[in-house]
Amino acid sequence: MSAVLFFIAAIGALVGAIGVVTLRSPFYSVLALVFHLISLAALFLLLRAEFVAAAQVVVYAGAVMVLYVFVVAYVGGGEELAAGTALRILGPLFALAVAIELCVAMLGSGLKGISSKGAPYIAGFGSPAHIGRLFLTKYLFVFEVASLLLLVAAIGAVVLARRRRGLEPYDEDFELAIHARRPAGTGTMAEGAGTRPAPTAAPQPEPQESAPPPPPEPEPVES
Amino acid sequence: MAIGWYLVVSALIFCIGAGGVLTRRNPLVILLCLELMLNAANLALVAFARMHGGEDGQIFALIVMVVAACEVTVGLGLIVALYRRRLPIDVDELHELQG
Repeated sequence: MSAVLFFIAAIGALVGAIGVVTLRSPFYSVLALVFHLISLAALFLLLRAEFVAAAQVVVYAGAVMVLYVFVVAYVGGGEELAAGTALRILGPLFALAVAIELCVAMLGSGLKGISSKGAPYIAGFGSPAHIGRLFLTKYLFVFEVASLLLLVAAIGAVVLARRRRGLEPYDEDFELAIHARRPAGTGTMAEGAGTRPAPTAAPQPEPQESAPPPPPEPEPVES
Repeated sequence: MAIGWYLVVSALIFCIGAGGVLTRRNPLVILLCLELMLNAANLALVAFARMHGGEDGQIFALIVMVVAACEVTVGLGLIVALYRRRLPIDVDELHELQG
């Protein structure tokens, strides 16, 4: 039973990973990564890491991916050109070489540990109670440093992404371009949900709301 | 399942992620591929924790998740800043960043 579950989850994780790399639209890449993360959480459960699996689904597949989806919907994917010829050929070759090397190293190592099913299971292994006790006793310093790191990252993101009105002249065209509807085929949220027409349709110029209304027609003077 | 199988899956995911980082040009997708590589490392850590019967590897995996979340936050902040400055969202066009 666990072998069947392992193969289903492993194939799901690998398919998700390949989807992230090969799909053209960043929106679909994010969705493939969500699928990959959930499959990986199933693998964690098979390895008796209950708390890590729960954190993976809640924090990663939930919160972090929502952040990605918002940024993709904000920036839009755009048409991505293919990489240069050298990288397009050498990149996959390099990845394949690393894969073969790692597989040879692991399968040919002859270590007894990795061909066993692991240490005997103790009740409560990997449960939130055990993890929490370790975090607050043996790894207390690590825990505090992690919280400090999260604080620094949050402040850094706010500083990086804030609007610098004081440094750049206010550009009305750019503001309009940001708030206008994006052209089709750029991987926005509406396209992913299928509520927008196919990307082949010509983008309609959106009427700009802030444009001044046309001056009223002068009334014809009747004589 | 033997622990070795989990390690093989982890190695394959890591290589897919590495290939993606090398071949894609959109920084958003490059960040996603970095996530793939970090997750592959997490899978190996949890597998070794299971092998030894200790929970220290799982603690390590959780800390890796924290660091990955920080990296994502700063990376996405950079991408939003690039978009605001009307720079192209393409790593090959941003070669002036190298110093």
